[in-house]
Amino acid sequence: MAKLNINGKTLDVNAEPDTPLLWAIREQLGLTGTKYGCGVAQCGACTVYVDGEPVRSCSLPISAVNASQKIITIEGASGKIVEAVQKAWLEHDVPQCGYCQSGQILAAASLIKAKPTPSDEDINREMSNICRCGTYNRIRTAIKQAAAAVRGA
Amino acid sequence: MNALDFNRRTFLVGAGASAGGLTLGFSISDEALAQGATPEVNAWVVIRPDDTIVVRIGRQEMGQGTITGLAQLVAEELEADWAKVTYEYPTPGQNVARKRVWGDFATSGSRGIRNSEKAMREGAAAARMMLLQAAADEWKVPVAEVSVAKGVITHKGSNRSTTYGKVAGAAAKLTPPTNPPLKDPKTWTIAGKPLKRLAQDGKVNGKQVYSIDFQAPGLLNAAVKDCPIWGGSLKSFDAAAAEKMPGVKKVLKIENAVVVVADTWWRAKTALDAVKIEYDSGKSANLDSKAIDDMLNEGLTATEAFIGNQSGDVQAAIKGAARTVEATYSMPYQNHAPMEPMNATARWTADKCEVWTSTQNGEAALATTSQAAGLPLDKCEVYRMDLGGGFGRRATSQDYVRQSVLIAKEMPGQQIKLIWSREEDQLRGCYHPITKCKMTGSLDKDGNLTGLHMRISGQSILATIRPEALDKGRDPATFQGLNAGGAEGRLGYTIPNILVDHAMRNPPVRPGFWRGVNNNQNAIYLECFMDELAKEAGVDALEFRRKLMKDHPKHLAVLNAVAEKGGWGKPAEKGVFRGLAQHMGYGSYVAACAEVSVNDAGTLKVHRIVAATDCGHAVNPAQIERQIEGSFAYGLGAAMFQEITIKGGKVVEENFDSYPILRMDDMPAVESIIAPTGGFWGGVGEPTIFVAAPAVLNAIFAATGKRVRNMPIKNTDLRKA
Ligand code: FES
Ligand code: FES
Repeated sequence: MAKLNINGKTLDVNAEPDTPLLWAIREQLGLTGTKYGCGVAQCGACTVYVDGEPVRSCSLPISAVNASQKIITIEGASGKIVEAVQKAWLEHDVPQCGYCQSGQILAAASLIKAKPTPSDEDINREMSNICRCGTYNRIRTAIKQAAAAVRGA
Repeated sequence: MNALDFNRRTFLVGAGASAGGLTLGFSISDEALAQGATPEVNAWVVIRPDDTIVVRIGRQEMGQGTITGLAQLVAEELEADWAKVTYEYPTPGQNVARKRVWGDFATSGSRGIRNSEKAMREGAAAARMMLLQAAADEWKVPVAEVSVAKGVITHKGSNRSTTYGKVAGAAAKLTPPTNPPLKDPKTWTIAGKPLKRLAQDGKVNGKQVYSIDFQAPGLLNAAVKDCPIWGGSLKSFDAAAAEKMPGVKKVLKIENAVVVVADTWWRAKTALDAVKIEYDSGKSANLDSKAIDDMLNEGLTATEAFIGNQSGDVQAAIKGAARTVEATYSMPYQNHAPMEPMNATARWTADKCEVWTSTQNGEAALATTSQAAGLPLDKCEVYRMDLGGGFGRRATSQDYVRQSVLIAKEMPGQQIKLIWSREEDQLRGCYHPITKCKMTGSLDKDGNLTGLHMRISGQSILATIRPEALDKGRDPATFQGLNAGGAEGRLGYTIPNILVDHAMRNPPVRPGFWRGVNNNQNAIYLECFMDELAKEAGVDALEFRRKLMKDHPKHLAVLNAVAEKGGWGKPAEKGVFRGLAQHMGYGSYVAACAEVSVNDAGTLKVHRIVAATDCGHAVNPAQIERQIEGSFAYGLGAAMFQEITIKGGKVVEENFDSYPILRMDDMPAVESIIAPTGGFWGGVGEPTIFVAAPAVLNAIFAATGKRVRNMPIKNTDLRKA
């Protein structure tokens, strides 16, 4: 039985070691905010944080994560940056179907953490998550607003 | 193609309902009233004692904003307080039981609002009249003396007021008025405004539950591999290894599919990958993209073809022309690939079958459930769940619902969730149909267009998906946007001699309704060729079109609008070039002016697109803007790099690594001109997609001198010759 630290709790996970973290999160722990889109690290719908870094959980087996590493999913994401991003997302009415947005939000918060004043090029480079509904321009605007809010600008 | 796939006519017959059931002639069901303190004033409007207004919506939300728009229309006629408005989905089973009081659930063809607005506005207006009457009755004053604002009813004379929530119960008992008058859209205060969408919170905190997220105690999961060879079949499989794998409950054969049912989906999928499967290719062993191309090439010059639009004598015009121009274009198969792969949960018993799923057509899902379950409609139910995208995939075929029911039938009483892998979604799509088009135009000595022959060769969607809709073998939908008349999609040019015809060639790869449908290729073929003709005539592309558009003022108005805002005729930034396109479809007039650059390495950058739409009435301009942007992301991704190719009867591109999706770095700036002229209701979710690709293609020619005639663009070397 593997142990995972998810959203601040250490939980037992009854799954084979090669089970992708995504499916352990969704099926063993019942946290469905993290989405399956492609399973091959292409779309970013499955993005979670492992020790603060965004990872594509569909392509990370649970055997590669130990109980001391802190996994944060959209349900457990908090703090000034994530909240600023969520707020900006609502203000700009970003989501269409919304399916990709858990991943987009976590990716955006990481970007702002690394680049407090993200340029268009930074956004183009770092925001590689797929949105089939095409919310990209709203995401771009919302990232800039959230970043400004975090900077206190 | 599965013979049991849904078709609407079968459903209507099966449901014993009339298509014209959208009247106010419904009665309030005693059952609904008995359900407690939340009376429905009528089928569309439920008002809770706390004044919450619940709008019941038959159409489906999938990211396009339809529920918000419909709720705005209802709130408008109701004079409701928008802050108190929410919505719910009636189930398809309830719609059957109540003789289709909520009308058509199909959410495709950009008709979510335009084909529901009348019934819903009338329902809301009737509800308002009943609520006011109930208050007047209670106060014993003439109804003409009471007024309402934001759900608060007032009688000035006696200085009394009450709220909708308080009188809803009494209102529900009144006889609904017939033909309630509707507001003049010019007086709208809720509809027509750029309001935010309903139900957004769950989409930023992970709490929104899509059907793939469905959970229940004891739920099992299923993974499926259907025969990936179009026209092939399942020959044999060896499940010995899979059956011993952890969590596996059952390995099944469902028609041509192998299915593993396990405790979790990941275990089901892992075991399925361990099943050795053999297929029989049937006649498709040699079916590949080249063979399909040959089939279409033959159609380009075939003597027999279905006629879509004909006037004058195009052959004579071509013969007598000072100059002729000829070009052949092509459009490949493309997959919908919504972010949420197909999935459905089902539970079957001998006397009830229930399905939880995301579908663009709950009624079709119910009909499919009934057929697969072998149970009558009234013993089946479909619970509509939120969609992680539709784009036509979840409208074209309910094949995933059918599979889920057939699986559940093998394990009676057990709730089982079927999820397709991304690969399954790519392999078993309902693809944008494959077509080619030979364009021939004739010019007189002054460069006027005297004749146009547009020979389309290729696949009909209806022939496979809804054959009963063919007209003596002809697929009228093939000619979307090219018709001589009609309110849905009229050609915007007057050409003295014209022939648009279709040599139907149907490879065994399943086609489907893909956002924009046949308008997509028709707009590329026609609008790019218009540029070719203008060039040959030596006339500016806008001027060339204008001469042909005098009798088409609405088409022309949107074209003029984008030309002006896009800076047509004025110098662009260095290295940036422009292209134009216009088209009409789903009742709306759309145009685009694109700005692109192509660098020395041949890399295309789409900088900006100015778009205009005249959709008659704009119910929510903010959401229309988002649909314009979304349609461009979808359409440009397809134009730039998406193609489904076939080898050995099977789709080659199995995931996003080989089937690229447009991402942030390729998304252009979009400027929207929403210019509703009133008097008609056009669609919004699709129309602008038509013009994105041709405007970009025309701009690419301006930038490089290269005509890209075969989609996707990535297959053409754009480096300057
Ligand atoms: S599901 Fe993990 S990147 Fe797509
Ligand atoms: S909002 Fe639908 S996929 Fe991004």
